[in-house]
Amino acid sequence: MKTEIAIIGGGPAGLAAAVAARKAGVEDILIIERDNELGGILNQCIHNGFGLHTFKEELTGPEYAQRYIREVEELQIPYMLHTIVVDIGEDKVITVMNKERGMFRIEAKAVILAMGCRERSRGALNIPGFRPAGIYSAGTAQRYVNMEGRMPGRKVVILGSGDIGLIMARRMTLEGAQVQVVAELMPYSGGLKRNIVQCLDDYNIPLKLSHTVIDIKGKKRVEGVTLARVDENRRPIPGTEEYYECDTLLLSCGLIPENELSSQMGVALNPVTSGPVVNESLETNVEGVFACGNVLHVHDLVDYVSGEAKMAGENAAAYVKGQLPKAGREIPLKGENGVRYTVPCMVDTERMAEKQIVRFRVGDVYKDSYLGVYYNDRCISRAKKKVMAPGEMEQITLLKSKLQEAGDLESITIRIEPEEGKVSGSGAEVEKKGAEKASGEQE
Amino acid sequence: MFDIVIIGAGVTGSAIARELSRYQYDTLVLDRNSDVCEGTSKANSGIVHAGFDSEPGSMMAKMNVRGNAMMEQLSRDLDFPFKRNGSLVLCFDAQDMDKLEKLLEKGKKNGVPGIRILSKEEIRELEPNVTKDVAAALYAPTGGIVCPFGLTIAMAENACENGVKFRFDTEVLNIVHKEGGYLLETSKGLVESKLVINAAGVYADKFHNMVSDEKIRIIPRKGEYCLMDKKVGDYVTSTIFQLPTIYGKGVLITPTVHGNLLTGPTAVDIEDKENTQTTQEGLEDLLKRAALSVPQMPVRQIITSFTGLRAHWTGHEFIIKEVEGAPGFIDVAGIESPGLSSSPAIGEYVAQLVQGIYPMGKKEDFVAVRKGIPNVAEASFEERQELIKKNPAYANVVCRCEVVTEGEIMDAIHRPLGATTLDGIKRRTRAGMGRCQSGFCAPKTVEILARELGKDISEITKSGEGSNYLTGYNKEGM
Repeated sequence: MKTEIAIIGGGPAGLAAAVAARKAGVEDILIIERDNELGGILNQCIHNGFGLHTFKEELTGPEYAQRYIREVEELQIPYMLHTIVVDIGEDKVITVMNKERGMFRIEAKAVILAMGCRERSRGALNIPGFRPAGIYSAGTAQRYVNMEGRMPGRKVVILGSGDIGLIMARRMTLEGAQVQVVAELMPYSGGLKRNIVQCLDDYNIPLKLSHTVIDIKGKKRVEGVTLARVDENRRPIPGTEEYYECDTLLLSCGLIPENELSSQMGVALNPVTSGPVVNESLETNVEGVFACGNVLHVHDLVDYVSGEAKMAGENAAAYVKGQLPKAGREIPLKGENGVRYTVPCMVDTERMAEKQIVRFRVGDVYKDSYLGVYYNDRCISRAKKKVMAPGEMEQITLLKSKLQEAGDLESITIRIEPEEGKVSGSGAEVEKKGAEKASGEQE
Repeated sequence: MFDIVIIGAGVTGSAIARELSRYQYDTLVLDRNSDVCEGTSKANSGIVHAGFDSEPGSMMAKMNVRGNAMMEQLSRDLDFPFKRNGSLVLCFDAQDMDKLEKLLEKGKKNGVPGIRILSKEEIRELEPNVTKDVAAALYAPTGGIVCPFGLTIAMAENACENGVKFRFDTEVLNIVHKEGGYLLETSKGLVESKLVINAAGVYADKFHNMVSDEKIRIIPRKGEYCLMDKKVGDYVTSTIFQLPTIYGKGVLITPTVHGNLLTGPTAVDIEDKENTQTTQEGLEDLLKRAALSVPQMPVRQIITSFTGLRAHWTGHEFIIKEVEGAPGFIDVAGIESPGLSSSPAIGEYVAQLVQGIYPMGKKEDFVAVRKGIPNVAEASFEERQELIKKNPAYANVVCRCEVVTEGEIMDAIHRPLGATTLDGIKRRTRAGMGRCQSGFCAPKTVEILARELGKDISEITKSGEGSNYLTGYNKEGM
């Protein structure tokens, strides 16, 4: 079969992309979803806090998803459930399987990658110890508790303070489990501030920063774990060991975009994000292939996913209608002094929208710092930020008119700077003593 | 009364069971675990050694070379993955060349085909990721890689199809010699048998010592491993060993037969036969040693680590014989490396021993071949279409990392000696063995297991009693 736009994944990114592409005038769209319903991981995120930006109200995950699902239904956008993509070629021929139709191929003019991400496993963290039952990624536990009504454990230790881990600390407490402690390897949390307050502080669950699990006890089922404090090189400090009796260890230690299919079709990946390298149109190095959502880079808020996906959908629509100009000269975007990456990685001043949002994450906690934006060496803006932390995504906006005025640039750079410098045209006022620490931990 | 009881359903016990199933014996295999392949057989290098390592004339050398030669045909008969990828023993120091030469000599004496010494240039051409500091290497083209689960399960299943009985979750507590045989006291009652074969891995000393005054000691020699993502599975193509140096025996780096990259094992003698835990020191030591062979090993691609216990006998030799003073009690002990490689030959040899003690006619209806579970991930487009036509469940992918379908999981459950646990499914189908390490598929696999076995999901375990995956319902115990 054939389709104009194939969207891989029916989670928040895929749904928003589909709606946007249809509204941009493309009739022939197909969403391919491997699970038995649309909505992706939002279906198991039954806590509130979604949609404050998009809908100006507080929704649960399923409610947020439902708004988009309803729109997909109303717009009669076709979708296939229980359908797994086994291969995509560079020619955008997608091989899929499902129970109803067996194995078949779909030829697409444009592809939107919206496969989301997976959780880093115990194995990837290389935590020593036994390998018993009772070790779960926080998302797996969330699925059990919220969708099946089952408890993966009673006495819980959580490693990693990613948002899902924090949410699950509260959730499992509410369902009768005893959550003893959340340990975090880094000296700061990987999650949103509001989640630390609402999920840990409100329930008197201690957060131990600069701590990790150094041993797991129990041959059949977890019996306990040993935590230890780590030094500045994240090495456990002998003598700081503490044993916690528990039957469950939850892991919330980072998310990894799932780009195995992208790699198969020749999409270049950014080693920092593990997501595709994209330009201002969210188009990858393979023409007509776009990416959005957590497959592109891990987001903190679904609202940003929806916004990004809308853009990918609109650009894919423009592409199939022949309205997206061919990529021309692209100015590379660089992150420095603690700015770990940027999405997009480059901008084409002809193709970009009047206002281009650039999103990024920082590698450490920065207080009372400045965010400087440079055209080549010339600082064109500097904004004071009270706090920037790795757990929260940051953004700046580039203006097309300003960029076109600036002429042929070699690069645009975003930097974190400790002091207020001078915004000038000379390009000589760059502060160098910023606390650079690109952790590289998030893959 | 059984004719033969085999203690242990690891690779050795399963190989023996399969060979004995050619004859009209009434054979029973006992294992304390809930499945075959739950001990040393599940945590090792998965290497089919060429056979240059063992002392010429030793049982180890004989069994290894014979086992290696048998493996290819066996893999076709019993449908498990095996590949001859060749192996290299790296020599890092020109001063150690004499040791490499000695190894070559040993190999020749053992009858290992095609072994020769490669120059630095030849090695680097064959394996560009091997260190520049290599001086020379011993190359053995017959070295191979096998799926240790695949091999064990295939032999056990085939034995089962040919009439051998298996009892799991059954621990042998005591063995008493009596008129005409042995009385085994187990956790599930008494079992009588004319012959007993002790294939109990690290516990073989315990059972030997129950019937013999000549005590033996099997020392668990711990080995830690790291497994890397399939993305880097072709980082080396041969199995890369290290010539023992003053720093120790060295570790190997190898592709696995499924396309991952594996490094290990460390070697530490321990007391506790249950101590399969990995340690920070062990894993760090391992990666440091591996870097000697392959300096840029992609350690960021590690997806899991594990520990295996080799059943090391202080005499460092396979003990395969009838125990003196205990007629009809056969030890198959000290089966450490190259035990996996040797297993088919050990099976054959033990069957001959048994025939010598208690002759029995062959079965006329013995079936020598076994068909494994279809492998959807590796099937062609047309083969997949064919499978899906037979059963649409082959189109429902449960484990996305390894592309394992509901159909394959159902097969794994309903085969002879079918899987009853998550680990059992994993070892039979690879569901959960990929990069996400079962984060996404475990809940679905649990659901299928419960449905197919007619159980509630709370009863499903990871690896048998006490390893329940879930602890109950929400709000229970509040």
